Amino acid sequence: MKYIDDRKVISTMKPRMARNMIFRSLFLLATLFGLLVLGILLYRILSQGLGYLDLQFLQSLPSRRPEQAGVYTALIGSVWLMAVVAPISLFLGVGTAIYLEEYASKNVITTFIQINISNLAGVPSIVFGLLGLTVFVRALFLGTSVLAAGLTMSLLVLPVIIVASREAIRAVPKELREASYGLGATKWQTIIRIVLPAAIPGILTGAILALSRAIGETAPLVVLGLPLFVAFLPKTVFDIFTVLPMQIYNWTSRPQEEFHALAAAGIIVLLSLLILLNTIAVFIRNKYQKRY
Amino acid sequence: MAKELAGRSVQEMISEKMQSKRQGTSLERIVPILLFITAAVSVLTTIGIVLTLIFETILFFNEVSLKEFLTADKWYPFSETQASYGILPLVSGTFKVTGIAILVAVPIGLAASIYLSEYASDRARRIIKPIFEILAGIPTIVYGYFALTFVTPLLIKFIPGLEIFNALSPGIVIGIMITPMIASLSEDAMSSVPNAMREGALALGSTKFEVAMKVVLPAAASGIIASIVLAVSRAIGETMIVAVAAGSSPNLNWNVTGSIQTMTAYIVQVSQGDVGYGTTIYYSIYAVGMTLFLFTLLMNFIAQFVSRRYREEY
Repeated sequence: MKYIDDRKVISTMKPRMARNMIFRSLFLLATLFGLLVLGILLYRILSQGLGYLDLQFLQSLPSRRPEQAGVYTALIGSVWLMAVVAPISLFLGVGTAIYLEEYASKNVITTFIQINISNLAGVPSIVFGLLGLTVFVRALFLGTSVLAAGLTMSLLVLPVIIVASREAIRAVPKELREASYGLGATKWQTIIRIVLPAAIPGILTGAILALSRAIGETAPLVVLGLPLFVAFLPKTVFDIFTVLPMQIYNWTSRPQEEFHALAAAGIIVLLSLLILLNTIAVFIRNKYQKRY
Repeated sequence: MAKELAGRSVQEMISEKMQSKRQGTSLERIVPILLFITAAVSVLTTIGIVLTLIFETILFFNEVSLKEFLTADKWYPFSETQASYGILPLVSGTFKVTGIAILVAVPIGLAASIYLSEYASDRARRIIKPIFEILAGIPTIVYGYFALTFVTPLLIKFIPGLEIFNALSPGIVIGIMITPMIASLSEDAMSSVPNAMREGALALGSTKFEVAMKVVLPAAASGIIASIVLAVSRAIGETMIVAVAAGSSPNLNWNVTGSIQTMTAYIVQVSQGDVGYGTTIYYSIYAVGMTLFLFTLLMNFIAQFVSRRYREEY
């Protein structure tokens, strides 16, 4: 006699297997949805913006007439912003990471700093704009200058750099440090000559991610009061300026179709800049990453 | 080497070394202090944010009562004769958009994370995860453009009464924006569920779907809930998408097809206008910012609490 009734097994298993297959396809569809959205987004932007994208667009000043308008001042402004944010956020972020990983003892203050950093990462960017408006624009009289915007953005991206740098420093094996101590090096000599060089690929990758966040961010700069229309280039960090996302925002919020096409062209420039940065990050990661 | 030795005794050389080492030790002492100061900057930033919001908000409440701010059902700051500062319309705008975003992002994000962690091959995962990272890295102003010029016109074809500025389109687009966040954080939580548990369930005759639903999801619940709460926090603080696509009319109702205004969009509207420094309207953006800050802080605390308190240890 048979202990297993085939028909019964099939009759109970069949709907369960069917449900498994149905949901598998549903889950797959949901995953492909992301792909689809990215495809539509890129297609829309390219089809709308490519017509306006030429050398003249990159070299022209903003204008009320769409056919003459360009992103020159905004593009150079974004480069200025990066030039201010990169050194400040890197210095503060790596310094904090070294302190937390190498020097800090496990006490209340250290825990507080750590909780504070993870909470800072969750503060909406527009609130950083309010901080910048009060402290840098008003209290320090920096106005809507490159420096005021750069300082605000540096604080905004600080948690990104700190987290990335901490992970990079933590990944440097203990043996390297101990070998250095064994040869008579002091703690600081070990950090500056052994730990940091080994951690640099990870730190730079994090720094580039932070920079791409900084040049794509719009909200805090709107709050700082950055002008939407600037017809000249900044000469020092104390001059007013505008950046690509602000220019895109300006064009997007106008009702005319032509300006929307300009916004799309501006978005292509911004995304190209971001792709360039991320390619550099991937390159650094692949070229300099050592395995211990 | 020998030449160097010639002029000096060993004793002199040792004392020379000690000299330079003493310089070294002063550096050794200063560096930790300097590094501590850089670490303090992040704390100072938080303190700066809190103090800024508190002081400017107090100035706002010198002119507007807290009762009016919390209970009045109209937000008309620009009216010269009958200015009214009730935060509720702005909060309702924010909640409408956030609610729509969550309705879009949670099913899609969770489904994607289940697919990635339970069904997908390693190769598929290696292709799909970077695409999600790209989606998460696109600047929000680009999503704003997408909402206004693509999603809104598309929705108008299906929903005849839809206005150009509405809550639906930015809500959906914010949902798309936070989907990668839910998907990747939830996938992390599910991947950390030990394989032995899956294999145990599979050995008892479960299908993969049953394993995902009855074993993996409950085991990873804390991480999943934390990811959703963090996504809510992101949606509440999102600015450019709503500033571009949601309009600027603060309304206290359940309508999602008409123009609304969120807390963030109001701050943007005031920042762009020529509102004088020191006016009530100027201080009102800090009061709104404070409300926003408290909401997101609450969400972040809940997320941390959930992931710490309910974490399953294996």
